[in-house]
Amino acid sequence: MASNDNKPVEGSAWQNVVKDWSDDKETFNMPWGKLMMWLFLLSDTFIFSIFLTSYMSVRMSMTHDWPNVSEVFSLVIGGHHIPLILIAIMTFILITSSGTMAMAVNYAYRGDRKKTVILMSITALLGASFVGMQAFEWTKLIVEEGIRPWGNPLGASQFGAAFFMITGFHGLHVTGGVIFLSVIARRVHKGVYEKRGYSIVEITGLYWHFVDLVWVFIFALFYLW
Amino acid sequence: MTQTTHTAIADQVDDSHHPKSFISKYVWSQDHKVIAIQYSITAIGVGLVALVLSGMMRLQLGFPDQFSFIDPSSYLQFVTMHGMIMVIYLLTALLLGGFGNYLIPLMIGARDMVFPYLNMLSYWTYLLSVIVLLASFFVTGGPTGAGWTLYPPQAVLNGTPGAENGIVFMLISLAIFIVAFTMGGLNYVTTILQARAKGMTLMRMPLTIWGIFVATILGLLAFPALLVSAIMMMFDKLVGTSFFMPAILSLGENIDHKGGSPILFQHLFWFFGHPEVYIVALPAFGMVSDVIATHARKNIFGYRMMVWAIVAIGGLSFVVWAHHMYVSGMNPYFGFFFATTTLIIAVPTAIKVYNWLLTLWQGNIHLTIPMLFAIGFIFTFTHGGLTGLMLGNVVVDLPLSDTYFVVAHFHMVMGVSPVMVLFAAIYHWFPKVTGKFLHTGLGKIHFWGTFLGTYAIYLPMHYLGFLGVPRRYFAMGTTDFIPESAQALNASITVSAIIVGVIQLVFIFNLIWSVFKGKKAGDNPWNATTLEWQTTKTPPVHGNWGPSLPVVHRWAYDYSVPGVKDDFIPQNVAPDQVIMIEKVEGAENVEGMESNQKGDNT
Repeated sequence: MASNDNKPVEGSAWQNVVKDWSDDKETFNMPWGKLMMWLFLLSDTFIFSIFLTSYMSVRMSMTHDWPNVSEVFSLVIGGHHIPLILIAIMTFILITSSGTMAMAVNYAYRGDRKKTVILMSITALLGASFVGMQAFEWTKLIVEEGIRPWGNPLGASQFGAAFFMITGFHGLHVTGGVIFLSVIARRVHKGVYEKRGYSIVEITGLYWHFVDLVWVFIFALFYLW
Repeated sequence: MTQTTHTAIADQVDDSHHPKSFISKYVWSQDHKVIAIQYSITAIGVGLVALVLSGMMRLQLGFPDQFSFIDPSSYLQFVTMHGMIMVIYLLTALLLGGFGNYLIPLMIGARDMVFPYLNMLSYWTYLLSVIVLLASFFVTGGPTGAGWTLYPPQAVLNGTPGAENGIVFMLISLAIFIVAFTMGGLNYVTTILQARAKGMTLMRMPLTIWGIFVATILGLLAFPALLVSAIMMMFDKLVGTSFFMPAILSLGENIDHKGGSPILFQHLFWFFGHPEVYIVALPAFGMVSDVIATHARKNIFGYRMMVWAIVAIGGLSFVVWAHHMYVSGMNPYFGFFFATTTLIIAVPTAIKVYNWLLTLWQGNIHLTIPMLFAIGFIFTFTHGGLTGLMLGNVVVDLPLSDTYFVVAHFHMVMGVSPVMVLFAAIYHWFPKVTGKFLHTGLGKIHFWGTFLGTYAIYLPMHYLGFLGVPRRYFAMGTTDFIPESAQALNASITVSAIIVGVIQLVFIFNLIWSVFKGKKAGDNPWNATTLEWQTTKTPPVHGNWGPSLPVVHRWAYDYSVPGVKDDFIPQNVAPDQVIMIEKVEGAENVEGMESNQKGDNT
């Protein structure tokens, strides 16, 4: 059978690519759980893309002015209006957490359980602080600025609707990620994965990096547009 | 890289995972076969509800105002629930949750899905979505009557039946269904990619698996659009946002919404809705290919083209959605683009239809019940596909939009056709699932009643559409352009529909009767080549394969190979184990030798 031969295959590069992908082996050289996470993230990418596309569509067809974001998203610190300061800190925290997560994956594969657990816990804490700051931001918008999903004094009601829906959906993802990280970190600590291998840490990491990446797009489209 | 690098339950040989108690074996089961049966029974059960609803609609249309229990509101509710249940909760769930679950591990030579626990969760989440959906019949105001497309603003405005609670139940149920589908779908795709038996290359997989594979990917990418639009509409309804709601004067009052875009919902819905057509159609294409090849004792014609056609249809299905929206008021240039892509889809689809016909051509056709339904499918699908070409053109679609012509078209192409394949598949695989044949005589009654009834129902609808009879109307009243004779046609459609509905009871009876009293079938009653027929126990036991996994040596279509004793060679038979006809001197079999080469398809 040709598929079991090891001799070099003839044919064009394209045919070889097809053969390589379709051979009688695991199509992707990775654990099942990791492939499943990639597929889930692909599906989730569509969810966020559709959220953001809908937001852009709504924003283009609205009948009132969009609020001035550099004023809405500013904090008064020491008597100065500083635009986007809170969101800059939040973004910085989330991107830092991606760094600590990457280090956790590295140490997990080296078999250093202690450092893995510490780094995953730091990642979870950074994530939790992100959610905390988001709660602060929401409180400020709702209480001080009077912004509601169904309307606001600054302009188009779709501003509040889209903002709360999309950042809320992302915040739920971060919260889920924090729980996911904590559970896995605890199990790593207990040594559950000594036999099975540590790909689960990488799978957790994939999810976490994805949530960070989505935030970059939300940041760009909500706060900089 | 071999199969065993990453060991999970599906790959383990040891027997320690076999469930012992009744509960873990048949209720909270992680066995893909039991889950498949649970999915199928639930889907067929809820499908019967939808069938009854369609009968109620037909009663009103055929004999207006004769039935006091059907008022305009409940009529719209029947239309809506019939459509939604049939498309999502019956067809999607039965094709992917039922047949996908049963056939994927068996056909590719795996012990189970890669994550059986997730698979179990998928079924119970699906059941929850069905319960929420059915619960909407019992809430104040009843289920939603917005039409299965749930177009805002009317779907959430007072005055539409079910706007109080029904629409909320519908949206929640859809969201739960999508979660269930995602859990199942991730499993199917990962299993097909990673857990195939040794020798099972992608290009040796039966077309059934190809169809389910591509359809599942479509589902994973298309259902997000429905989920997002459901969330946004739920916000519009419950929180008072205005994503889809423009400023409207409703029932004499200004509503609280302003500035939203109803067209946005239509785009989102159809970005889901059109791939959904192929989520239903592609598994059907795959299964009918296997049924035709098996019962015509002939290799499927143009296997590679069939695979690429499935992939091409899947890809194209994401760029045609706005052909459902020609009359929505979108930019006419969009219509030009989407008409073009729509017509391009006809090319791979036509390849498939020709290949089915060429598979039948000069085949040794056994007119078994599965084959009858498969041939019936070719008729209904070609028929519905051709009217699809008409509706894909903007200028033809405009006058026919929202008439019975459209109803006839989509019922032929994505209602009746996948259902014909489902029947073919049930008659075909029932012997593997239960070990018993379905009764042939009852099957013939079922087939001819359903097939002829289909035409008795839908052919007149095309004509009604040309007359301009609008769809979704409770009653026509006195309308100048609709002749009175249209009512006679409507009455005959209703009578046919009720006959077809009753004939389905014959099928249900056949299912139940055959489980207990059916003729014993044995392991491989159709002399089929694919792996699921090669299990040593029927029905297959937990773990499917006993101590060792099968090894695949050939493609799935080695039927009537010249020179070979039997007219089929199962996929797991090694080349040196094939029993040849003993050579008679001077009688060398030359005819058709080239097709023999296909057996070594790489």
